[in-house]
Amino acid sequence: MTLTQKLINDGNDAVDEMLAGVIAAHPDHLWRPDHAPRAVIARHGPRKGKVALVIGGGSGHEPTFLGFVGKGLADAAAIGNVFASPPPQPVMDAAMAADGGAGVLFMYGNYAGDVMNFDMAAEMLEMEGIEARTVLTTDDIASAPREARDTRRGVAGNVFIFKAAGAAADLGFTLDEVERVARHANARTYTMGVALSACSLPQTRRPNFDLPAGEMEIGMGIHGEPGIRREALRPADAVTDEIMDAILAEMAAKPGDRVAVLVNSLGATPLMELYIIYARVAVRLATAGLTVHHALVGPYCTSLDMAGASITVMHLDDELQRMIDHPCDCAMFRHGG
Amino acid sequence: MAELTSAGLVATFAVLADRMRAERDALCRLDGVIGDADHGIAMEQGMAAAAGATAALTPDATLQDVFNAAAKAFLNAVGASSGPLYATAFLRAGKVAGPRAAIPVAETPALIAAMAEGIAARGKAEPGQKTMIDAWAPAAGAALRGADLRAIAAAAEAGAAATADMVATLGRAARLGERSRGHKDPGAVSAAMIVAVLAGEWSPAGAA
Repeated sequence: MTLTQKLINDGNDAVDEMLAGVIAAHPDHLWRPDHAPRAVIARHGPRKGKVALVIGGGSGHEPTFLGFVGKGLADAAAIGNVFASPPPQPVMDAAMAADGGAGVLFMYGNYAGDVMNFDMAAEMLEMEGIEARTVLTTDDIASAPREARDTRRGVAGNVFIFKAAGAAADLGFTLDEVERVARHANARTYTMGVALSACSLPQTRRPNFDLPAGEMEIGMGIHGEPGIRREALRPADAVTDEIMDAILAEMAAKPGDRVAVLVNSLGATPLMELYIIYARVAVRLATAGLTVHHALVGPYCTSLDMAGASITVMHLDDELQRMIDHPCDCAMFRHGG
Repeated sequence: MAELTSAGLVATFAVLADRMRAERDALCRLDGVIGDADHGIAMEQGMAAAAGATAALTPDATLQDVFNAAAKAFLNAVGASSGPLYATAFLRAGKVAGPRAAIPVAETPALIAAMAEGIAARGKAEPGQKTMIDAWAPAAGAALRGADLRAIAAAAEAGAAATADMVATLGRAARLGERSRGHKDPGAVSAAMIVAVLAGEWSPAGAA
Protein backbone atom coordinates (compact mmCIF):
# COMPACT_ATOMS: atom_id res chain seq x y z
CA MET A 1 0.00 0.00 0.00
CA THR A 2 1.33 3.46 -0.83
CA LEU A 3 2.21 5.66 2.11
CA THR A 4 0.19 8.82 2.67
CA GLN A 5 2.03 12.06 1.94
CA LYS A 6 2.87 14.18 4.96
CA LEU A 7 5.11 17.19 5.51
CA ILE A 8 7.06 15.66 8.36
CA ASN A 9 10.69 14.80 8.98
CA ASP A 10 10.95 11.59 11.02
CA GLY A 11 7.50 10.35 12.08
CA ASN A 12 8.87 9.48 15.50
CA ASP A 13 9.82 13.15 16.04
CA ALA A 14 6.51 14.61 14.85
CA VAL A 15 5.08 15.46 18.28
CA ASP A 16 8.25 17.03 19.66
CA GLU A 17 8.90 19.01 16.48
CA MET A 18 5.30 20.27 16.52
CA LEU A 19 5.71 21.37 20.15
CA ALA A 20 8.93 23.19 19.32
CA GLY A 21 7.03 25.06 16.60
CA VAL A 22 4.10 25.88 18.86
CA ILE A 23 6.37 27.32 21.56
CA ALA A 24 8.40 29.25 18.98
CA ALA A 25 5.27 30.68 17.33
CA HIS A 26 3.42 31.66 20.50
CA PRO A 27 5.98 32.81 23.08
CA ASP A 28 3.57 35.44 24.47
CA HIS A 29 1.00 32.76 25.30
CA LEU A 30 2.90 29.55 26.03
CA TRP A 31 6.06 28.25 27.64
CA ARG A 32 7.33 24.92 28.89
CA PRO A 33 9.68 24.06 31.72
CA ASP A 34 13.18 22.96 30.66
CA HIS A 35 12.79 19.67 32.52
CA ALA A 36 9.30 18.99 31.10
CA PRO A 37 9.17 19.31 27.30
CA ARG A 38 5.70 17.69 27.12
CA ALA A 39 4.08 20.14 29.57
CA VAL A 40 2.72 23.34 27.98
CA ILE A 41 1.95 26.18 30.41
CA ALA A 42 -0.06 29.38 29.94
CA ARG A 43 2.14 32.48 30.19
CA HIS A 44 -0.61 34.54 31.89
CA GLY A 45 -2.92 31.84 33.25
CA PRO A 46 -1.75 30.45 36.57
CA ARG A 47 -1.76 32.73 39.59
CA LYS A 48 -1.76 32.47 43.35
CA GLY A 49 -5.10 31.56 44.88
CA LYS A 50 -6.61 30.37 41.58
CA VAL A 51 -7.69 26.81 40.87
CA ALA A 52 -5.39 25.36 38.20
CA LEU A 53 -7.19 23.78 35.24
CA VAL A 54 -4.95 21.16 33.67
CA ILE A 55 -6.08 19.43 30.48
CA GLY A 56 -4.35 16.94 28.24
CA GLY A 57 -4.39 13.88 26.08
CA GLY A 58 -2.89 12.48 22.96
CA SER A 59 -1.53 14.60 20.12
CA GLY A 60 -3.19 14.68 16.73
CA HIS A 61 -6.29 16.63 17.82
CA GLU A 62 -4.79 20.12 17.48
CA PRO A 63 -5.83 22.77 18.42
CA THR A 64 -7.10 20.46 21.19
CA PHE A 65 -5.45 20.42 23.77
CA LEU A 66 -2.51 22.84 23.68
CA GLY A 67 -4.40 25.48 21.70
CA PHE A 68 -6.80 25.99 24.61
CA VAL A 69 -4.07 26.83 27.12
CA GLY A 70 -4.25 30.52 28.02
CA LYS A 71 -5.72 33.10 30.34
CA GLY A 72 -9.39 32.41 31.00
CA LEU A 73 -9.18 28.82 29.84
CA ALA A 74 -6.74 26.01 30.74
CA ASP A 75 -3.60 26.82 32.73
CA ALA A 76 -1.57 23.94 31.36
CA ALA A 77 -1.76 20.88 29.15
CA ALA A 78 0.11 17.58 29.19
CA ILE A 79 0.88 16.32 25.71
CA GLY A 80 1.00 12.64 24.79
CA ASN A 81 2.17 10.80 21.70
CA VAL A 82 -0.19 10.70 18.74
CA PHE A 83 -3.58 9.44 19.98
CA ALA A 84 -1.96 8.22 23.23
CA SER A 85 -2.40 9.53 26.75
CA PRO A 86 0.61 11.35 28.19
CA PRO A 87 2.39 9.36 30.91
CA PRO A 88 2.01 10.56 34.52
CA GLN A 89 5.22 12.63 34.57
CA PRO A 90 4.24 15.42 32.13
CA VAL A 91 0.78 15.53 33.74
CA MET A 92 2.47 16.02 37.10
CA ASP A 93 4.87 18.60 35.60
CA ALA A 94 1.97 20.55 34.10
CA ALA A 95 0.08 20.51 37.39
CA MET A 96 3.10 21.60 39.44
CA ALA A 97 3.77 24.51 37.07
CA ALA A 98 0.12 25.61 37.08
CA ASP A 99 -0.60 25.14 40.77
CA GLY A 100 -1.67 28.32 42.55
CA GLY A 101 -2.30 26.75 45.93
CA ALA A 102 -6.07 26.41 45.43
CA GLY A 103 -6.07 22.89 44.01
CA VAL A 104 -5.85 21.35 40.57
CA LEU A 105 -8.70 20.20 38.34
CA PHE A 106 -7.79 17.63 35.69
CA MET A 107 -10.11 17.58 32.68
CA TYR A 108 -9.74 15.26 29.71
CA GLY A 109 -11.73 12.93 27.50
CA ASN A 110 -12.94 9.65 28.93
CA TYR A 111 -10.46 7.06 27.64
CA ALA A 112 -9.05 4.15 29.65
CA GLY A 113 -5.41 5.12 29.05
CA ASP A 114 -5.89 8.76 30.03
CA VAL A 115 -7.71 7.74 33.21
CA MET A 116 -4.85 5.44 34.30
CA ASN A 117 -2.09 7.97 33.61
CA PHE A 118 -3.87 11.01 35.09
CA ASP A 119 -4.90 8.99 38.16
CA MET A 120 -1.27 8.00 38.70
CA ALA A 121 -0.31 11.69 38.40
CA ALA A 122 -3.04 12.63 40.90
CA GLU A 123 -1.60 10.12 43.38
CA MET A 124 1.87 11.62 42.88
CA LEU A 125 0.49 15.15 43.39
CA GLU A 126 -1.20 14.08 46.59
CA MET A 127 2.22 13.06 47.92
CA GLU A 128 3.34 16.65 47.18
CA GLY A 129 0.40 17.97 49.21
CA ILE A 130 -1.56 19.22 46.18
CA GLU A 131 -5.21 18.28 45.87
CA ALA A 132 -6.21 17.14 42.39
CA ARG A 133 -9.76 16.40 41.26
CA THR A 134 -10.88 14.98 37.93
CA VAL A 135 -13.78 15.66 35.60
CA LEU A 136 -13.96 13.43 32.52
CA THR A 137 -15.67 14.72 29.40
CA THR A 138 -18.27 12.37 27.90
CA ASP A 139 -20.03 14.38 25.20
CA ASP A 140 -19.99 11.85 22.31
CA ILE A 141 -23.60 10.66 22.26
CA ALA A 142 -22.84 8.06 19.56
CA SER A 143 -20.36 6.19 21.75
CA ALA A 144 -22.78 4.67 24.27
CA PRO A 145 -26.49 4.82 25.10
CA ARG A 146 -27.89 7.63 27.25
CA GLU A 147 -28.19 5.44 30.35
CA ALA A 148 -24.44 4.72 30.09
CA ARG A 149 -23.47 8.40 29.78
CA ASP A 150 -20.47 7.94 32.10
CA THR A 151 -18.89 5.47 29.67
CA ARG A 152 -19.07 7.79 26.66
CA ARG A 153 -16.02 9.29 24.97
CA GLY A 154 -15.02 12.93 25.24
CA VAL A 155 -14.71 14.61 21.84
CA ALA A 156 -15.14 18.11 20.33
CA GLY A 157 -17.47 19.26 23.11
CA ASN A 158 -14.26 19.59 25.12
CA VAL A 159 -13.97 23.11 23.71
CA PHE A 160 -17.11 24.37 25.46
CA ILE A 161 -16.69 22.19 28.55
CA PHE A 162 -13.08 23.24 29.15
CA LYS A 163 -14.06 26.85 28.44
CA ALA A 164 -16.80 26.81 31.10
CA ALA A 165 -14.46 25.34 33.71
CA GLY A 166 -11.63 27.69 32.73
CA ALA A 167 -13.92 30.68 33.12
CA ALA A 168 -15.04 29.50 36.55
CA ALA A 169 -11.42 29.13 37.63
CA ASP A 170 -10.51 32.55 36.19
CA LEU A 171 -13.44 34.11 38.09
CA GLY A 172 -11.90 32.86 41.34
CA PHE A 173 -14.32 30.04 42.08
CA THR A 174 -13.19 27.44 44.64
CA LEU A 175 -12.13 23.94 43.59
CA ASP A 176 -15.56 22.60 44.62
CA GLU A 177 -17.28 25.23 42.50
CA VAL A 178 -15.04 24.81 39.46
CA GLU A 179 -15.60 21.05 39.62
CA ARG A 180 -19.36 21.57 39.85
CA VAL A 181 -19.39 23.92 36.83
CA ALA A 182 -17.24 21.44 34.87
CA ARG A 183 -19.63 18.54 35.58
CA HIS A 184 -22.63 20.72 34.80
CA ALA A 185 -21.08 21.84 31.49
CA ASN A 186 -20.27 18.25 30.53
CA ALA A 187 -23.78 17.04 31.36
CA ARG A 188 -25.30 19.65 29.03
CA THR A 189 -22.98 19.17 26.03
CA TYR A 190 -23.82 16.80 23.16
CA THR A 191 -21.64 15.86 20.20
CA MET A 192 -21.96 13.51 17.26
CA GLY A 193 -19.71 13.15 14.23
CA VAL A 194 -19.39 11.54 10.85
CA ALA A 195 -16.21 10.36 9.13
CA LEU A 196 -15.71 10.31 5.37
CA SER A 197 -12.16 8.96 5.28
CA ALA A 198 -9.52 7.47 7.55
CA CYS A 199 -6.59 9.38 8.99
CA SER A 200 -3.00 8.16 8.99
CA LEU A 201 -0.50 8.31 11.84
CA PRO A 202 2.90 9.96 11.24
CA GLN A 203 4.74 6.77 12.23
CA THR A 204 2.83 4.46 9.90
CA ARG A 205 1.59 6.82 7.14
CA ARG A 206 -1.11 4.27 6.38
CA PRO A 207 -4.88 4.77 6.70
CA ASN A 208 -5.82 3.68 10.23
CA PHE A 209 -9.00 2.00 9.06
CA ASP A 210 -10.60 1.02 5.78
CA LEU A 211 -13.53 3.17 4.62
CA PRO A 212 -14.41 2.45 0.99
CA ALA A 213 -15.02 5.31 -1.44
CA GLY A 214 -18.64 6.40 -1.44
CA GLU A 215 -19.25 5.43 2.17
CA MET A 216 -19.36 7.32 5.46
CA GLU A 217 -19.36 6.21 9.07
CA ILE A 218 -21.77 7.82 11.52
CA GLY A 219 -20.53 8.17 15.09
CA MET A 220 -16.84 7.64 14.31
CA GLY A 221 -14.54 8.50 17.21
CA ILE A 222 -11.77 11.08 17.03
CA HIS A 223 -9.10 8.37 17.00
CA GLY A 224 -10.77 6.49 14.16
CA GLU A 225 -12.66 4.19 16.50
CA PRO A 226 -15.45 2.67 14.45
CA GLY A 227 -18.82 4.34 14.89
CA ILE A 228 -22.35 3.06 15.07
CA ARG A 229 -23.19 2.56 11.39
CA ARG A 230 -21.55 2.59 7.99
CA GLU A 231 -23.56 3.47 4.91
CA ALA A 232 -23.47 5.27 1.58
CA LEU A 233 -22.53 8.95 1.77
CA ARG A 234 -25.62 11.17 1.76
CA PRO A 235 -26.03 14.94 1.14
CA ALA A 236 -24.94 17.32 3.91
CA ASP A 237 -28.49 18.21 4.93
CA ALA A 238 -29.48 14.56 5.40
CA VAL A 239 -26.39 13.79 7.46
CA THR A 240 -26.86 16.97 9.51
CA ASP A 241 -30.51 16.07 10.11
CA GLU A 242 -29.61 12.64 11.43
CA ILE A 243 -27.05 14.11 13.84
CA MET A 244 -29.36 16.95 14.93
CA ASP A 245 -32.26 14.51 15.45
CA ALA A 246 -30.09 12.54 17.87
CA ILE A 247 -28.77 15.62 19.68
CA LEU A 248 -32.15 17.37 19.99
CA ALA A 249 -33.85 14.18 21.21
CA GLU A 250 -31.33 13.76 23.97
CA MET A 251 -31.05 17.46 24.88
CA ALA A 252 -34.82 17.85 25.39
CA ALA A 253 -34.66 21.66 25.28
CA LYS A 254 -37.71 23.91 25.51
CA PRO A 255 -38.54 26.56 22.92
CA GLY A 256 -36.77 29.77 23.93
CA ASP A 257 -33.75 27.97 25.39
CA ARG A 258 -30.29 29.13 24.31
CA VAL A 259 -27.43 27.04 22.95
CA ALA A 260 -23.80 27.31 21.97
CA VAL A 261 -22.95 25.44 18.77
CA LEU A 262 -19.74 24.06 17.29
CA VAL A 263 -19.44 22.66 13.78
CA ASN A 264 -16.02 21.05 13.83
CA SER A 265 -13.75 19.67 11.13
CA LEU A 266 -12.01 16.37 11.84
CA GLY A 267 -9.03 17.71 9.90
CA ALA A 268 -9.45 17.46 6.15
CA THR A 269 -12.99 18.75 5.70
CA PRO A 270 -12.88 22.41 4.57
CA LEU A 271 -14.76 25.43 5.90
CA MET A 272 -17.05 25.42 2.85
CA GLU A 273 -18.52 22.10 3.94
CA LEU A 274 -18.63 23.12 7.61
CA TYR A 275 -20.69 26.22 6.75
CA ILE A 276 -23.03 24.16 4.55
CA ILE A 277 -23.58 21.98 7.62
CA TYR A 278 -23.98 25.03 9.85
CA ALA A 279 -26.69 26.46 7.57
CA ARG A 280 -28.76 23.34 8.17
CA VAL A 281 -27.95 23.29 11.89
CA ALA A 282 -29.22 26.88 12.15
CA VAL A 283 -32.48 25.92 10.42
CA ARG A 284 -32.97 22.93 12.71
CA LEU A 285 -32.30 24.94 15.87
CA ALA A 286 -34.63 27.74 14.73
CA THR A 287 -37.36 25.20 13.95
CA ALA A 288 -36.98 23.83 17.46
CA GLY A 289 -37.37 27.37 18.81
CA LEU A 290 -33.81 27.53 20.15
CA THR A 291 -31.63 30.64 20.13
CA VAL A 292 -27.97 30.36 19.15
CA HIS A 293 -26.07 32.44 21.68
CA HIS A 294 -22.64 31.58 20.33
CA ALA A 295 -21.39 29.65 17.29
CA LEU A 296 -17.97 28.26 16.40
CA VAL A 297 -17.18 26.85 12.95
CA GLY A 298 -13.78 25.41 12.13
CA PRO A 299 -11.16 22.86 13.14
CA TYR A 300 -11.31 22.74 16.95
CA CYS A 301 -10.88 19.06 17.71
CA THR A 302 -9.32 17.19 14.83
CA SER A 303 -8.22 13.68 14.07
CA LEU A 304 -5.03 14.36 12.08
CA ASP A 305 -6.03 14.32 8.39
CA MET A 306 -9.36 12.56 8.75
CA ALA A 307 -12.19 13.87 6.55
CA GLY A 308 -15.44 14.41 8.37
CA ALA A 309 -17.16 16.71 10.80
CA SER A 310 -18.88 16.78 14.14
CA ILE A 311 -21.67 18.89 15.56
CA THR A 312 -21.69 19.93 19.22
CA VAL A 313 -24.53 21.67 21.02
CA MET A 314 -24.18 22.98 24.57
CA HIS A 315 -27.55 23.57 26.24
CA LEU A 316 -26.96 26.88 28.03
CA ASP A 317 -28.43 28.20 31.23
CA ASP A 318 -27.58 31.53 32.86
CA GLU A 319 -24.44 30.20 34.50
CA LEU A 320 -23.08 28.40 31.43
CA GLN A 321 -23.86 31.42 29.26
CA ARG A 322 -21.80 33.57 31.61
CA MET A 323 -18.93 31.08 31.42
CA ILE A 324 -19.06 30.92 27.62
CA ASP A 325 -19.11 34.74 27.43
CA HIS A 326 -16.12 35.10 29.77
CA PRO A 327 -13.05 36.29 27.83
CA CYS A 328 -10.18 33.97 27.11
CA ASP A 329 -6.89 34.50 25.30
CA CYS A 330 -5.16 31.34 24.08
CA ALA A 331 -2.67 30.80 21.30
CA MET A 332 -5.28 29.24 19.02
CA PHE A 333 -8.56 30.47 20.52
CA ARG A 334 -9.59 33.95 21.64
CA HIS A 335 -12.96 35.13 22.84
CA GLY A 336 -14.30 38.48 24.02
CA GLY A 337 -12.25 40.77 26.24
CA MET B 1 19.82 -21.33 30.92
CA ALA B 2 19.79 -22.70 34.47
CA GLU B 3 19.22 -19.37 36.12
CA LEU B 4 17.94 -15.95 35.09
CA THR B 5 20.63 -13.34 35.76
CA SER B 6 20.37 -9.56 35.57
CA ALA B 7 22.36 -9.65 32.34
CA GLY B 8 20.04 -12.34 31.03
CA LEU B 9 17.03 -10.16 31.85
CA VAL B 10 18.60 -7.19 30.07
CA ALA B 11 19.08 -9.45 27.04
CA THR B 12 15.44 -10.52 27.32
CA PHE B 13 14.30 -6.88 27.04
CA ALA B 14 16.46 -6.50 23.92
CA VAL B 15 14.71 -9.49 22.35
CA LEU B 16 11.30 -8.10 23.37
CA ALA B 17 12.19 -4.80 21.67
CA ASP B 18 13.22 -6.66 18.48
CA ARG B 19 10.01 -8.66 18.47
CA MET B 20 7.77 -5.62 18.93
CA ARG B 21 9.66 -3.72 16.23
CA ALA B 22 9.07 -6.63 13.85
CA GLU B 23 5.37 -6.89 14.75
CA ARG B 24 4.63 -3.14 14.86
CA ASP B 25 2.71 -2.79 11.61
CA ALA B 26 0.85 -6.08 12.07
CA LEU B 27 -0.31 -4.95 15.54
CA CYS B 28 -1.31 -1.53 14.19
CA ARG B 29 -3.39 -3.17 11.46
CA LEU B 30 -5.09 -5.41 14.03
CA ASP B 31 -5.79 -2.35 16.21
CA GLY B 32 -7.12 -0.43 13.20
CA VAL B 33 -9.96 -2.91 12.86
CA ILE B 34 -11.38 -2.36 16.36
CA GLY B 35 -9.37 0.48 17.89
CA ASP B 36 -7.20 3.43 16.96
CA ALA B 37 -4.36 1.67 15.11
CA ASP B 38 -1.56 2.77 17.43
CA HIS B 39 -1.00 -0.32 19.58
CA GLY B 40 2.01 -1.52 17.58
CA ILE B 41 3.63 1.91 17.88
CA ALA B 42 3.13 2.00 21.64
CA MET B 43 4.55 -1.49 22.13
CA GLU B 44 7.53 -0.79 19.88
CA GLN B 45 8.32 2.49 21.64
CA GLY B 46 7.79 1.05 25.10
CA MET B 47 9.96 -2.02 24.65
CA ALA B 48 12.64 -0.03 22.84
CA ALA B 49 12.78 2.39 25.79
CA ALA B 50 12.83 -0.49 28.29
CA ALA B 51 15.65 -2.20 26.37
CA GLY B 52 17.64 1.03 26.20
CA ALA B 53 17.23 1.86 29.89
CA THR B 54 18.09 -1.64 31.09
CA ALA B 55 21.13 -1.86 28.80
CA ALA B 56 22.43 1.35 30.40
CA LEU B 57 22.43 -0.11 33.93
CA THR B 58 25.71 -0.94 35.64
CA PRO B 59 26.67 -4.65 35.92
CA ASP B 60 25.84 -4.71 39.65
CA ALA B 61 22.14 -4.04 38.97
CA THR B 62 19.80 -6.58 40.56
CA LEU B 63 16.87 -8.23 38.81
CA GLN B 64 14.58 -5.80 40.61
CA ASP B 65 16.70 -2.87 39.40
CA VAL B 66 16.33 -4.11 35.82
CA PHE B 67 12.55 -4.53 36.09
CA ASN B 68 12.18 -1.11 37.77
CA ALA B 69 14.25 0.61 35.07
CA ALA B 70 12.18 -1.11 32.39
CA ALA B 71 8.94 -0.01 34.09
CA LYS B 72 9.94 3.63 34.33
CA ALA B 73 11.27 3.78 30.76
CA PHE B 74 8.23 2.03 29.27
CA LEU B 75 5.81 4.30 31.14
CA ASN B 76 7.53 7.55 30.21
CA ALA B 77 7.98 6.60 26.56
CA VAL B 78 4.42 5.52 25.99
CA GLY B 79 1.72 6.76 28.34
CA ALA B 80 -1.43 5.43 26.64
CA SER B 81 -3.04 2.33 28.21
CA SER B 82 -0.12 0.01 27.74
CA GLY B 83 2.27 2.34 29.64
CA PRO B 84 0.68 2.10 33.09
CA LEU B 85 -0.25 -1.55 32.51
CA TYR B 86 3.22 -2.79 31.54
CA ALA B 87 4.96 -0.48 34.03
CA THR B 88 2.89 -2.02 36.81
CA ALA B 89 3.59 -5.51 35.43
CA PHE B 90 7.36 -4.95 35.51
CA LEU B 91 7.27 -3.40 39.00
CA ARG B 92 5.36 -6.44 40.32
CA ALA B 93 7.77 -8.86 38.64
CA GLY B 94 10.67 -6.90 40.13
CA LYS B 95 9.17 -7.22 43.58
CA VAL B 96 8.94 -11.01 43.19
CA ALA B 97 12.47 -11.29 41.77
CA GLY B 98 13.74 -9.05 44.54
CA PRO B 99 17.20 -7.51 44.95
CA ARG B 100 18.98 -10.63 43.70
CA ALA B 101 21.56 -10.98 40.94
CA ALA B 102 20.01 -14.21 39.68
CA ILE B 103 17.12 -16.61 40.29
CA PRO B 104 16.70 -20.27 39.27
CA VAL B 105 14.67 -20.59 36.05
CA ALA B 106 12.20 -22.67 38.04
CA GLU B 107 11.15 -19.40 39.70
CA THR B 108 10.53 -17.50 36.44
CA PRO B 109 6.89 -18.62 36.03
CA ALA B 110 6.20 -16.65 39.22
CA LEU B 111 7.46 -13.53 37.44
CA ILE B 112 4.91 -14.08 34.66
CA ALA B 113 2.15 -14.58 37.23
CA ALA B 114 3.21 -11.37 38.99
CA MET B 115 3.11 -9.43 35.73
CA ALA B 116 -0.42 -10.68 35.08
CA GLU B 117 -1.52 -9.68 38.58
CA GLY B 118 -0.07 -6.19 38.12
CA ILE B 119 -1.88 -5.70 34.83
CA ALA B 120 -5.16 -6.92 36.31
CA ALA B 121 -4.81 -4.63 39.33
CA ARG B 122 -3.97 -1.52 37.29
CA GLY B 123 -6.45 -2.09 34.48
CA LYS B 124 -9.27 -3.44 36.67
CA ALA B 125 -10.06 -5.92 33.91
CA GLU B 126 -11.64 -9.35 34.23
CA PRO B 127 -11.09 -12.25 31.83
CA GLY B 128 -13.66 -12.28 29.03
CA GLN B 129 -13.68 -8.52 28.39
CA LYS B 130 -11.49 -8.84 25.28
CA THR B 131 -8.34 -7.20 26.66
CA MET B 132 -4.70 -8.19 27.18
CA ILE B 133 -5.83 -9.89 30.40
CA ASP B 134 -7.35 -12.64 28.27
CA ALA B 135 -3.79 -13.65 27.36
CA TRP B 136 -2.12 -12.81 30.68
CA ALA B 137 -4.67 -14.52 32.96
CA PRO B 138 -4.39 -17.98 31.35
CA ALA B 139 -0.59 -17.61 31.36
CA ALA B 140 -0.70 -16.77 35.08
CA GLY B 141 -3.11 -19.64 35.72
CA ALA B 142 -0.76 -22.09 34.03
CA ALA B 143 2.20 -20.67 35.97
CA LEU B 144 0.39 -21.04 39.29
CA ARG B 145 -0.53 -24.65 38.42
CA GLY B 146 3.16 -25.41 38.00
CA ALA B 147 3.17 -25.63 34.21
CA ASP B 148 6.49 -25.21 32.40
CA LEU B 149 7.33 -22.11 30.37
CA ARG B 150 6.34 -23.71 27.08
CA ALA B 151 2.86 -24.55 28.41
CA ILE B 152 2.55 -21.04 29.87
CA ALA B 153 3.26 -19.52 26.45
CA ALA B 154 0.74 -21.89 24.84
CA ALA B 155 -1.90 -20.80 27.37
CA ALA B 156 -1.28 -17.13 26.53
CA GLU B 157 -1.48 -17.89 22.81
CA ALA B 158 -4.77 -19.78 23.22
CA GLY B 159 -6.13 -16.95 25.35
CA ALA B 160 -5.27 -14.37 22.70
CA ALA B 161 -6.87 -16.52 19.98
CA ALA B 162 -10.05 -16.83 22.05
CA THR B 163 -10.52 -13.04 22.11
CA ALA B 164 -11.74 -13.27 18.51
CA ASP B 165 -15.02 -14.71 19.78
CA MET B 166 -15.45 -12.10 22.53
CA VAL B 167 -17.38 -8.84 22.57
CA ALA B 168 -15.30 -6.04 24.08
CA THR B 169 -16.69 -4.53 27.28
CA LEU B 170 -13.61 -2.59 28.44
CA GLY B 171 -11.14 -0.29 26.72
CA ARG B 172 -11.57 1.59 23.48
CA ALA B 173 -13.07 -1.32 21.55
CA ALA B 174 -15.89 -1.55 24.13
CA ARG B 175 -17.68 1.22 22.26
CA LEU B 176 -18.02 -1.18 19.32
CA GLY B 177 -20.09 -3.77 21.13
CA GLU B 178 -21.05 -6.63 18.84
CA ARG B 179 -18.95 -5.21 16.02
CA SER B 180 -15.80 -6.11 17.95
CA ARG B 181 -16.63 -9.82 17.61
CA GLY B 182 -14.62 -11.73 15.03
CA HIS B 183 -11.39 -9.78 15.57
CA LYS B 184 -8.58 -10.67 17.96
CA ASP B 185 -7.75 -8.06 20.58
CA PRO B 186 -4.39 -6.46 19.68
CA GLY B 187 -3.43 -6.08 23.34
CA ALA B 188 -3.98 -9.80 23.91
CA VAL B 189 -2.04 -10.66 20.75
CA SER B 190 0.99 -8.57 21.80
CA ALA B 191 0.72 -10.02 25.33
CA ALA B 192 0.95 -13.56 23.92
CA MET B 193 3.99 -12.48 21.87
CA ILE B 194 5.64 -11.13 25.03
CA VAL B 195 4.95 -14.30 27.02
CA ALA B 196 6.32 -16.34 24.09
CA VAL B 197 9.54 -14.31 24.16
CA LEU B 198 9.86 -14.65 27.94
CA ALA B 199 9.26 -18.40 27.74
CA GLY B 200 11.73 -18.82 24.92
CA GLU B 201 14.44 -16.76 26.59
CA TRP B 202 13.98 -18.26 30.04
CA SER B 203 13.54 -21.93 29.03
CA PRO B 204 16.31 -24.18 30.36
CA ALA B 205 16.87 -25.54 26.84
CA GLY B 206 17.27 -22.06 25.38
CA ALA B 207 14.97 -20.84 22.61
CA ALA B 208 11.52 -22.44 22.66
